[in-house]
Order: sequence, then structure tokens, then C-alpha cells
Amino acid sequence: MLRSMQPFNYLRPSTLSEALKLLGDHGREAKVLAGGTDLIVGMKEKGLSPRYVIDIKGIEGLDGIGYDPNEGLRIGTLATMSEVSASSCVREHYLFLAHAAGEVGSVQVRNRATIGGNLCNAAPSAETAPALLCLDAVLTVAGPKGERAVAIEEFFRGPGMTVLDGEILTGMLIPPVERKGIYIKHSPRNAMDIAVIGAAAAVTPKEGGWENVRIALGAVAPTPVRVHEAEELIRKKGQTKEAIEEAGRMAGETASPIFDVRASAEYRSEMVENLVIRALSELCDS
Amino acid sequence: MGKAVVLRVNGEEYELEVKPQETLLDVIRERLSLTGTKRGCETGDCGACTVIMNHKAVSSCLVLAVEADGAEIVTIEGLAKEGKLHPLQEAFVRHGAVQCGFCTPGMILSAKALLDENKNPTEEEIRRAISGNLCRCTGYTKIVEAIKACSGTL
Ligand SMILES: Cc1cc2nc3c(=O)[nH]c(=O)nc-3n(C[C@H](O)[C@H](O)[C@H](O)COP(=O)(O)OP(=O)(O)OC[C@H]3O[C@@H](n4cnc5c(N)ncnc54)[C@H](O)[C@@H]3O)c2cc1C
Ligand code: FES
Ligand code: FES
Repeated sequence: MLRSMQPFNYLRPSTLSEALKLLGDHGREAKVLAGGTDLIVGMKEKGLSPRYVIDIKGIEGLDGIGYDPNEGLRIGTLATMSEVSASSCVREHYLFLAHAAGEVGSVQVRNRATIGGNLCNAAPSAETAPALLCLDAVLTVAGPKGERAVAIEEFFRGPGMTVLDGEILTGMLIPPVERKGIYIKHSPRNAMDIAVIGAAAAVTPKEGGWENVRIALGAVAPTPVRVHEAEELIRKKGQTKEAIEEAGRMAGETASPIFDVRASAEYRSEMVENLVIRALSELCDS
Repeated sequence: MGKAVVLRVNGEEYELEVKPQETLLDVIRERLSLTGTKRGCETGDCGACTVIMNHKAVSSCLVLAVEADGAEIVTIEGLAKEGKLHPLQEAFVRHGAVQCGFCTPGMILSAKALLDENKNPTEEEIRRAISGNLCRCTGYTKIVEAIKACSGTL
């Protein structure tokens, strides 16, 4: 079958202000294009037919990755998954984020897919979201009225929905906090198995215990989510076997039961529980 | 409606007018008649349409032709030189890594992009590099062997 796209106008602005103007002029008829790995698939098979496609890859300053000890890790929205997973700055400071980016699709997909596109597409399963939630990433968003910073936890609104309103994500900043983290993906064993679930956990190891405990999950709720109660529990009780098991149970309960019709609620909870216990236990041992 | 683009494919420059909704795959196959690049799923899942664009393997079904303006592209037709097969092509034949051949161009280009970057990949790195290329016939073992045979020789 030939899957073709409806005709559209292709626009390639060279500045951010030009892009925002186009987005303002065309409103709902326009779509931003980054790597296209979600958008083009959507236009081919999901009946998406924007009249204007605004390619932001001609705009300078939206790519690149850099670390500054005072500012933190800055990742441009157009950094590709291949770039994120190979970046020495990312690997040195937050290796688990590099691992998450390296889990996306195939080489061909990672060479095009951008980290910003992954967030803006706002799939509940967005691969890089759990790690970025654990890192307290602050997203920079440009709009007609200027720039604003949005905490990643505030960014997602529902499946495919974000707080962006005629705006463009320009990048993200990860505060320079020392952390060790882990990202584990449960991959389906067969077609009947549930969709991939991703679990990330990160902590700041300190004398006598962990600080900044973060646990975040992908594909268990309408948006990627943090599990605050479980984080709080570990913070209070420390990294004991009992606390980790209880945190796992709490995480399992957050997996919203009606969210995925393919899996029974119990099965999904159990998967999440096991993933979170594994993630926290591995952090203990590492 | 058309946009003028310049594509550099296998070292040759093509000036064309393309429609925004035409993919790089459409243009390579239908306008340049380079049909070694295969049309499979059209949605990034099978790897049959893989080409090397600016030194990176990409699925040409997910790239708009207008996005490829100015890009350097290598398709399977660009590998053989002076009537002599590329070492990867030879190795695929020698190791029986080709059956129906539908996946082969994409597979070889993924392998080439890997070896261009990493001359001596491990078996795991090879498997990872071709994980986006589906083959319904050979079961991958022979393909991996063929690629291994070229490690360190290109
Ligand atoms: C075969 C295949 C396998 C995949 N596997 C995975 C996987 O394992 N895990 C995973 O998480 N994803 C996967 N994906 C989905 C996709 O590759 C990722 O979500 C990718 O990161 C999207 O980035 P992009 O640059 O291609 O986005 P695009 O397709 O360009 O854009 C995605 C959406 O975000 C909007 N957008 C993009 N950038 C901006 C911006 N800066 N500001 C405002 N809006 C913006 C676009 O308008 C569009 O709605 C896969 C896709 C394919 C085709
Ligand atoms: S045709 Fe492009 S990946 Fe299948
Ligand atoms: S040889 Fe037939 S699909 Fe690979």
C-alpha cells in the first residue's frame, strides 16, 4: 500500500521569531517539524493533515549539548537521540539519560528523532521523559511574548498534549546536581504483551543515605509521571529492602488501571512494581 | 507549489523541483529511478528504504525530499565501483546473507554506516546497528557473519 501525505506548504524559517510569527499566523493549521519521526508517520497513517509544516531545523542555536558546572547540562531541542546517547557530557554526568535515548527505535530513527520532539509529541511512553523527570529538567519555551521556563513535571497535559500554546520548545536545562540513575525498559515478549513500560530512578548519594530520590514511569498513565509517595517513603525510611519493596508496591498502584485495555490491571501493576524494585535495588548496589 | 532542491546522490548532483509531500524515498525511486532503495512499510519500521544521508543511516520514507536539500546521499547503487562490487556486497553473497534480497540494500547501507564510524564493531554492535532492518528470510545469523567478515578490512 502506498501511504502518501496530503499536500501541505513547507516553511523553513531561519530565525525563531520568524518561526513564531508563522506559528501565530497559521495557528491550528500549522505543525512544527523537527526530526519528523512522529509527525511524518502521523501524516501518513493517522490522518494528520496540517496545511503548513514549519521546519525548525534551519534555525540556529536549537541544537547542541553542553555542560557548565554552574549552569548544568543544556540540551538543545534539536539534539538527536543519537547525539544525546553518544554525548560525552551526558554520559559523564547522567549516563542513564544517554541509555534512555539509546533505547529509542532503531539507528535510523535515532539519527533523526530529536529529544525535544520526543517531549512535544507527549506520548505516555516517551522514552526520555522518565529520566528527564528524575533530573528535574527545566524546559525553555519561546513564544510570541518571550521566553519562559517550564518544569518538566508541568509540561505534559495528556496523551499528545502539552502546555505549549503557539510556542516552540527551544531546549532544556538540567541543574548541576550530582546524581546516579538508572532507566529500565520492559519490552514486550510477544504481540499480546502490554506496551513497553519505562521506569527511571535517580538519587544523590550522600554520607548516610540518599537525597533527591526520584522515581518516574513511562506508559503507565496518560502522561509520563513521577511517583512522589514512593520517593517520599524512600527518603524517610532509607534504602532498606523493605522500603524498596513498599515503594515498588506504591508505584504499581499508580499505574492507572483503565489506561491500557490490553493488559489486566493486576498484571500491569505487577510489572511496574518489579521494574521499580529492580531499579532501586540496582541503585543500591551501584 | 514545487520547491527547487539540489540532491547529491552517489556523487552526482541533481537539481529538481519537488513537492513538499514527496519523501526522499519517492524522489530516489520515482524521479531518479534508483530502485535499489526499497519501499516497505513507509513508516520507519522495516529499514528497507535505508539510505546514508550526510554520513548517517536514515529511513528515506521518513525524510521529506525538501529536507534533504543540499544533502549528500548514498544509495545502494553508489557502492559498486567500476563494475566491481563493494566488499560488503561481496561478503553478503559469499555468506549466503541474501535470499529474496528485499532487505539487502538497506541492510548493507546500515552496515556501511556502522563500519564507516567503527571499523571493528563487536557482534553486539553489529546487531544493534541492523536492529532497524527487518529480514523475513535469513534469520540474521548469516547477515551478521557477512558484516563481521568485513570488519577491519574497509
Ligand atoms: C520506527 C519508530 C520507532 C520509534 N520508537 C520509539 C521508541 O522506542 N521510544 C520513543 O519514545 N519514541 C519512539 N518513536 C517515536 C519518535 O521517534 C520519538 O518520539 C521522537 O523523539 C520524536 O522526535 P522528532 O524530532 O522526530 O519529532 P517530530 O515528528 O518532528 O515532532 C513530534 C511532535 O512534536 C512537535 N514538535 C517537535 N519539536 C517541537 C518543538 N521544538 N517545539 C514545539 N513542538 C515541537 C511536532 O509538531 C510534532 O507534533 C519511534 C518512531 C518510529 C518511526
Ligand atoms: S519503508 Fe521506510 S522503514 Fe520501512
Ligand atoms: S533476504 Fe528476504 S527479507 Fe531479507
